[in-house]
Amino acid sequence: MKIAISSPDGKLDTPFSPRFGRCEYFIFVDGETREWEAKDNPAASARGGAGPQAVQFLANNGVEAVISGQFGPNAFTSLEAAGIQAYEADGGTPSELLDRFLAGTLKQVNTATGPKRH
Amino acid sequence: MIIAVASGKGGTGKTTVAASLALSLAESGQAVACLDCDVEAPNAHIFLDPTFEHRETVNQLIPEVDPDLCDGCGECADVCQFHAIVALGGKTLVFPELCHGCGSCTLVCPQKAISEVPRPLGVLEGGPAAGGIGFARGVLNVGEPMAVPVIARLKKWHGLIDAGVVILDSPPGTSCPVVESLRGADFALLVTEPTPFGLHDLRLAVELVRILGIPAGVIINRDGIGDAGVDDFCRDAGVPILMRIPMDRRIAEALARGESLVAAFPEYLDRFRDLYDRIVKTYRQDAAS
Repeated sequence: MKIAISSPDGKLDTPFSPRFGRCEYFIFVDGETREWEAKDNPAASARGGAGPQAVQFLANNGVEAVISGQFGPNAFTSLEAAGIQAYEADGGTPSELLDRFLAGTLKQVNTATGPKRH
Repeated sequence: MIIAVASGKGGTGKTTVAASLALSLAESGQAVACLDCDVEAPNAHIFLDPTFEHRETVNQLIPEVDPDLCDGCGECADVCQFHAIVALGGKTLVFPELCHGCGSCTLVCPQKAISEVPRPLGVLEGGPAAGGIGFARGVLNVGEPMAVPVIARLKKWHGLIDAGVVILDSPPGTSCPVVESLRGADFALLVTEPTPFGLHDLRLAVELVRILGIPAGVIINRDGIGDAGVDDFCRDAGVPILMRIPMDRRIAEALARGESLVAAFPEYLDRFRDLYDRIVKTYRQDAAS
């Protein structure tokens, strides 16, 4: 299973980014092998619609679950359509968050949790 | 002659100036139209007392995807600059509030699965106002981010823009709605107050009118408060100060009662007509040079 985690610096052992649509990087991790890579989030500087664009990026990369801080309404609607599960966290490094995800202790999000932004 | 009244900073007296200029010119028999382009918070009608005889809804055309025809190819999503349409999991989603109505998605769809449907953004209201002024305003729906199409439509409504003199009351700021208000204006009147706050935003407004290539002059409102920063800036930047309205409690009280400056202080009628004459002169000089 391919998991994406929002990150401000593309590193595994520094705190993750609580921003979804406009985070600087997404860290893509293979849940089985723990192989990972960081990619620039093309939606980070979007004029508008960062949420949907970020989801499009995750979908194109074959992501099945994403871990971030908050998901706005447009982002959440897009994640649902793409069939990507959303998990929320309030802190931690991507490495720790992956462990929590694999242990089943991260909270899955079933509705938008963040405010609407443009 | 189209004169846009703008400022950068909010609350400097744009509407006070726009209404007074319109009333002064109308009183001397000129054909005048006044368009309230501050569609998020239009309030020039309070000074101008129009009777709204016309009303029109402003719509934006947004895409509607026929799921039976759509094969999820995503070409619409690729062409959209605002990510208002995305193709995910074989489905195509539309986010109406992100759509700028360009129609590109409809054009590129190979399946002809996209049609365009209207989404209401706000309304236009217009009719005769005090002194025979042709008045119209745009009113953006509450919570609606897309002000520009409402302003663009307002400026083409009922041929008001073809009146002898058109006064546009712009929104504050320097973003898209202000650009849309200023676009096509012959002259920009920048209303400011002589404070560090007024100066800060005046600089931005001057930068904007220069990018747009619109000649401009400054009106200093509440003159006597603050500091000399605005004067210094105008001198250094070569922007003429065309009028000063003093900080005067009696003026503030009249405006607070909803009276226009020229109704409360008729001596301003001549001052605004003189202002207009100087704008015409400046504009002609600019046009000739």
